Amino acid sequence: MRTSQWSALGLAGALAVTLTACSAGSEGGGDGGAVEEGLELTMLIGSSGDAETTAVQAAADAWGEETGNTVEVIAANDLVQQLGQGFSGNNPPDIFYMPWDQFQTYAAQGFIEPYASELENAGDFLPALAEQFSYDGEFYCAPKDFSTLGLQINLDAWEAAGLTDADIPTDWDQLASVAQTLTTGEQVGLSMGREYARVGVFMNQAGGELVDGDSITADSEENQAGLAYLQELIEAGSLKFPQELEAGWGGEAFGLGKAAMVIEGPWINGAMANDFPDRRFVSVELPAGPDGPSTYAFSNCWGMPVGSETKEATMDLIEFLTSDEQQLAFAEAFGVIPSTESGAAAYAEQFPDNSAFVAGVEYAESPVAFQGAAAAFADFNTQLESIGSAEPASLLGTLQGNLEAAYDEANG
Amino acid sequence: MAVNAAPRSRRGGGIRRGEARAGWLFVTPAVLITAVFLVIPIALALWVSMSDWNGFQSPLNPRVNFVGLENYAAITVEDGLDQRNFGTAVRNNLYYVLLVVPLQTIISLLLAIQVNRAALKGRGFFRTAFYFPSVTSTVAIVVVFQFLFTASGAVNAAIGALGIRGPDWFNDSTGLIHGALSAFGITQPPAALAEPGFLGISGWEWLAGPSVAMTSLIILAIFTTSGTFMLLFLAALQSIGSEIDEATLMDGAGPFRKFFSVTVPMLRPTLFTVLTLGLIGSWQVFDQIYVIGGGSAGGTISTPAFLAYRSSFVDLQWGQGAAIAFILFVFIILLTLVQRWVLKERTPRKRNRVAATEKIAPNDSTSGGLR
Repeated sequence: MRTSQWSALGLAGALAVTLTACSAGSEGGGDGGAVEEGLELTMLIGSSGDAETTAVQAAADAWGEETGNTVEVIAANDLVQQLGQGFSGNNPPDIFYMPWDQFQTYAAQGFIEPYASELENAGDFLPALAEQFSYDGEFYCAPKDFSTLGLQINLDAWEAAGLTDADIPTDWDQLASVAQTLTTGEQVGLSMGREYARVGVFMNQAGGELVDGDSITADSEENQAGLAYLQELIEAGSLKFPQELEAGWGGEAFGLGKAAMVIEGPWINGAMANDFPDRRFVSVELPAGPDGPSTYAFSNCWGMPVGSETKEATMDLIEFLTSDEQQLAFAEAFGVIPSTESGAAAYAEQFPDNSAFVAGVEYAESPVAFQGAAAAFADFNTQLESIGSAEPASLLGTLQGNLEAAYDEANG
Repeated sequence: MAVNAAPRSRRGGGIRRGEARAGWLFVTPAVLITAVFLVIPIALALWVSMSDWNGFQSPLNPRVNFVGLENYAAITVEDGLDQRNFGTAVRNNLYYVLLVVPLQTIISLLLAIQVNRAALKGRGFFRTAFYFPSVTSTVAIVVVFQFLFTASGAVNAAIGALGIRGPDWFNDSTGLIHGALSAFGITQPPAALAEPGFLGISGWEWLAGPSVAMTSLIILAIFTTSGTFMLLFLAALQSIGSEIDEATLMDGAGPFRKFFSVTVPMLRPTLFTVLTLGLIGSWQVFDQIYVIGGGSAGGTISTPAFLAYRSSFVDLQWGQGAAIAFILFVFIILLTLVQRWVLKERTPRKRNRVAATEKIAPNDSTSGGLR
């Protein structure tokens, strides 16, 4: 019963999408022509801070001046909620940040326009990112930029503990040992967000996967090994989560000096520069697990509502925003890595301090995010609260059940 | 003429002709406002709760299908995450209500009695002070509470001075009853309580009690709402005239006897108001939880109202969100009816007594007003 409803809805959605895509495509055939003028576009962004908002507004203004349009940039307090509100009120923004963990849901529900393959620079994006923003084989939206996770080391703490460059951990054992060395009364060796988007890296490094082809393998032994490793660190007292350190997130714990190492992405640079300018640190690649190195790549894409009336102009804006030049300007302003192959290469050259994040691209995986998975991960994040005491098998068993249900529903 | 006049006047003719029409005309604005802002939204929400609307465009667009009670089934009877989330939210909120409603009623009544005393110096100051949290935005109070209740916050520093190591309040998911049981060495559920039960939640989990995080929110709620209800009680107390005090004194009643046999019965209508408002408000608690983040503390502070929001806006399951809201709506109405029935006057003897006092009441209110 349920299955047929969903497939009917999916069919209707797909049909609507196809129809709009066709009509829009036929209108916007003439490439290179001047874009309409005098449009007032609204852009909804989930900003990491003033630096990002200012940079995006500046870029949007530059495009507006060039094309004779205006773009109003709105920094959302709660991006997902405001997007949901915009769509249900039939008044979505013309262009918005589409978070990676919601993309599949939005695409499956037929909310967003699959415009990306029509972009002039469609072929320039990193293949892994293009795949992340594809649904049902169709490239939906242009990746805005991306970030991978790295290991941040507080140099003052590192030197105070008598550690040198040679001690930078490259595997799990070394990570455990330096985390232990760095743990003092005042500071814990390692910290990271208590969430799937961090913990999952360790499951991948142990060789685990959540989805293998068509089946959910969340409760595999490899995934359990990943959690078990973290439990060892917790037991040794060298891993504590930000909540236990009275910090809002890993970066804050790091900046306050409560954690000597954290696992975060390039956004840590901006956060440290703003809030803790005195913190000396380096970012290195994540240590490899038993199954080799692994990290997560996170990316947002530039979303466009389905059937947008300003599709042509918005696409022009997106081409402008995803050009190497503009992406490198964003990189400078708030630390993200360009989403195009040539841009990422230029970035690694221009910002050698962040080369660890670019190096991660080689083996980075996208976090699992099929339609409905977000709720399962929200539950998993909640369950992770008991990671110190619970059996990995039971934590992952719950996740397995929830993901299976979500997967069946998404593909049913 | 006379023959015709009689039936016409009976139908509202003559000088009163057209009154009905004018009446309708006059109530039209009210009817329209009620329809636009109350009836239509409720009907629409009912439709959404029975549809597969995903939050895209109008819920009345042709892509939206009627799915019957599927959304209701998903959160109540079908095993799965949705059901467990709902069950947990109901459990959390149940403990919240069980603690908040009685405590805030008792505390606000006691406060009202204190600030109503003629002998109290600086009554105005105390009234303002107690009422102040009620006029402050909840968000601001939550933020202040977050600072007070962090692991190294003022609250823990204060109880630390007594040699007690305080919990990390807003992040501690230990249920109070579970915590108390573990003091007796019971940390695992007996077999009978381990199986998933009502709403997918095991009996052991139902009996967890409010978590430490929820308890902090309960304290917060009592702190903010007691002032409002104090004001209601205060108004009611001031309408009890001094001659009743005098009469009870003459009858030889002590302060306790007077409180329980005279004051409380006379406050019955206000008590009903306060309990009803408290019950409704605490079943709809949302803003505190939204500010703190409903997923924190092991999911022990999530409530149905928050879950309705999250299902709709974040998971795009608008049907389920509306279904939760409707279940909550019906549930609150039922509870209010039950409560109305419980607080109803029953024995004739009591009714006479109240009727007698009610006869005096008009005089009281005037004298009360003059005081």
